[in-house]
Amino acid sequence: MQPRVGLFVTCLVDLMRPSIGFAAARLIEDAGCAVTVPTGQTCCGQPAYNAGDRKTARELALQTIRAFGDCDFVVAPSGSCAAMLRLHYPALFKGQGETELEAKAFAERVHELTDFLANVRRKTETSARFVGRVVHHDACAGLRELGIKNAPRRLLSSVAGLELVEAPETTACCGFGGLFSVKYPEVSTAIADRRIADLTSTAPDLVTAGDLGCLMHLAGRLHRTGNPLPCRHVAEVLAGEMAAPPIAGRAGDTAP
Amino acid sequence: MTPATRTFRENARTALGDAKLAKALGGLPTGLVAQRAAAKARVPEFETLRTAARDIRDHTLSNLDVYLSAFADKAEAAGARIHWAADAVEARTVIAHIALKNGARLVAKGKSMISEEIALNAYLESLGLEVFESDLGEYLVQIRNETPSHIIVPAIHLSRDDVEADFRRHHAHLVPDRDLSTAEALVAEARAVLRERFLAADIGITGANFLVAETGSAILVTNEGNGDLSAHLPKTHIVLASIDKIVPTLADAATLLRVLARSATGQDMTAYTSLLTGPRLQADPDGPGECHIVILDNGRSEMLRSGLGEALRCIRCGACLNHCPVYNAIGGHAYGWVYAGPIGAVLTPAFLGVDQASDLPSASSFCGKCEEVCPVRIPLTSLMRTWRERSRATSGSALQRMALAAWSFTARRPRLYHAATRLGIAMLSALGRPRGVFRRLPFARGWTASRDFPAPQGRTFQQHWAERERGVPR
Repeated sequence: MQPRVGLFVTCLVDLMRPSIGFAAARLIEDAGCAVTVPTGQTCCGQPAYNAGDRKTARELALQTIRAFGDCDFVVAPSGSCAAMLRLHYPALFKGQGETELEAKAFAERVHELTDFLANVRRKTETSARFVGRVVHHDACAGLRELGIKNAPRRLLSSVAGLELVEAPETTACCGFGGLFSVKYPEVSTAIADRRIADLTSTAPDLVTAGDLGCLMHLAGRLHRTGNPLPCRHVAEVLAGEMAAPPIAGRAGDTAP
Repeated sequence: MTPATRTFRENARTALGDAKLAKALGGLPTGLVAQRAAAKARVPEFETLRTAARDIRDHTLSNLDVYLSAFADKAEAAGARIHWAADAVEARTVIAHIALKNGARLVAKGKSMISEEIALNAYLESLGLEVFESDLGEYLVQIRNETPSHIIVPAIHLSRDDVEADFRRHHAHLVPDRDLSTAEALVAEARAVLRERFLAADIGITGANFLVAETGSAILVTNEGNGDLSAHLPKTHIVLASIDKIVPTLADAATLLRVLARSATGQDMTAYTSLLTGPRLQADPDGPGECHIVILDNGRSEMLRSGLGEALRCIRCGACLNHCPVYNAIGGHAYGWVYAGPIGAVLTPAFLGVDQASDLPSASSFCGKCEEVCPVRIPLTSLMRTWRERSRATSGSALQRMALAAWSFTARRPRLYHAATRLGIAMLSALGRPRGVFRRLPFARGWTASRDFPAPQGRTFQQHWAERERGVPR
């Protein structure tokens, strides 16, 4: 029987860019799993948690844990949300008896998308095709909290025609940081400019990342400064879901 | 110094517009950051050492009373006098008392962040004493009437040209047309000027990197030897250290020293590592006649009590500053008080009150680089989050708090959330799709002032998925 995978869509993908959700679902199905999308999910609660509102974070954590009760795995196309579910949910209920156990049992089933594909399903080949140079930006939570570094690169390397390049400051933050990006916009943008200079030094045709937050921030800044470099979620490239215009692109702008 | 933490946003904006500062900070990635990486690479057990260092700090902090009194006993047995200071006022008063009792006029200072914390120089000067900083970077910021902008590189914000201009202005007694075109010439001039002052100083005040309970010694690490001159040349030496500087044994200190310099400057060891134990003994060829050790609390016990004790593991290496994208963008002065960067964002609210400094723990993207490099594994993001929890009611604009409350209400009600987002996103998409982005959005100026906001694709994923489940093609 196929494992039952609950797709934690993430609020940004749900609202801003459903094509990433469909790409993720396709990749999970291609890895031999059945995908379900519980309607009881909204947001992982990280914005509240990082704004210092533990109460709301706890309520959203419980809501999410219970919405995915019948899933063998919970997979999110975001290292940041996956880290919230996997590491911070148990921390939120520390010392709270059965709820803590429930959060821990849930956390063990949670994976970021590329980590799930490459390390749980041992799937490192894709049938996608993309001709061009791609630079991958590691979102901080996935990289440092979950240790996701090789999985997206192994998968991207299997895409026919794709040349993967590394930026010199490969572990640098893009400056998004959730609400940080709107509370301290000048600092956030200055960090983006530095990250963009680093990424573009590799002369890429496309920027990928595993988190839509970072991508909206980078694409939004690139677009504002007149740089046509496109940005896409890694799942779109891996699933060959390239019909939608790139992030911050206009309808009809399909390339690449 | 008067805190400027409440104007963090303006400070940051000003700093971002300062091209000279950007150039100075631009040296960090290839400088201290690369040097630390190289030093770490030479020590295969570095990660294990970090864990050992953390464990030493945690053990000490959990048994602080035991080790503090053990240290005091040993130090007194070696002839030092111990002074306990609960706060800045007590510390300043006891130091001033020692200085005045000895008829001191000139004070040599070694580098000490705690002396910045208690604003010692200004106090001593107000009593008519003359104080000179003997660490080159500290000397530079002192003659400019500035404060350090980095824990270990106080003048990191300055260029060589700045230093030359300051020396020409401040050392007006020297030949005007002397050659100061190289760093070597500047260092030589500073050495010559400071050496005379050392010889004239009545009192030396230094910090301590560690206080060793086993031996009653203060350990001082420097690269310039100025700490040793401050400690040994004047007749009286005062060590100013906070309660968290205690380590149980010399072996523990050795472990901490192995991670300290590597994390700070990428050196295996600093040029000077001195163990200072009591005053000069009869058989000693030199050393101070009197040795006083002022042990300062200044809110640290309260930090231990209130769930912020992990911050007291800090050994002041500055690695979290060097690796922080925010510090790299705005430098240290923007933080508005003594301690900058991630550790400053955790310490400053404890010293000044979180209502005075709520921006500091808030102004972090939580990228986690600081925790990754901290030699004693301080959970800096968790501690910043703790401050965010304690300042939530007052942090951010009223509009931001209202938006967060409305979002929280809706997100906890999935049916309402999905209905509301369906409507909102459909509207936003209809408005934004022709261009693909918004250049301006009401209530989102924080984003759109410097970035375009990508238009949503149209319908929500949940909507699409529900249709797929019902067999409707996408």
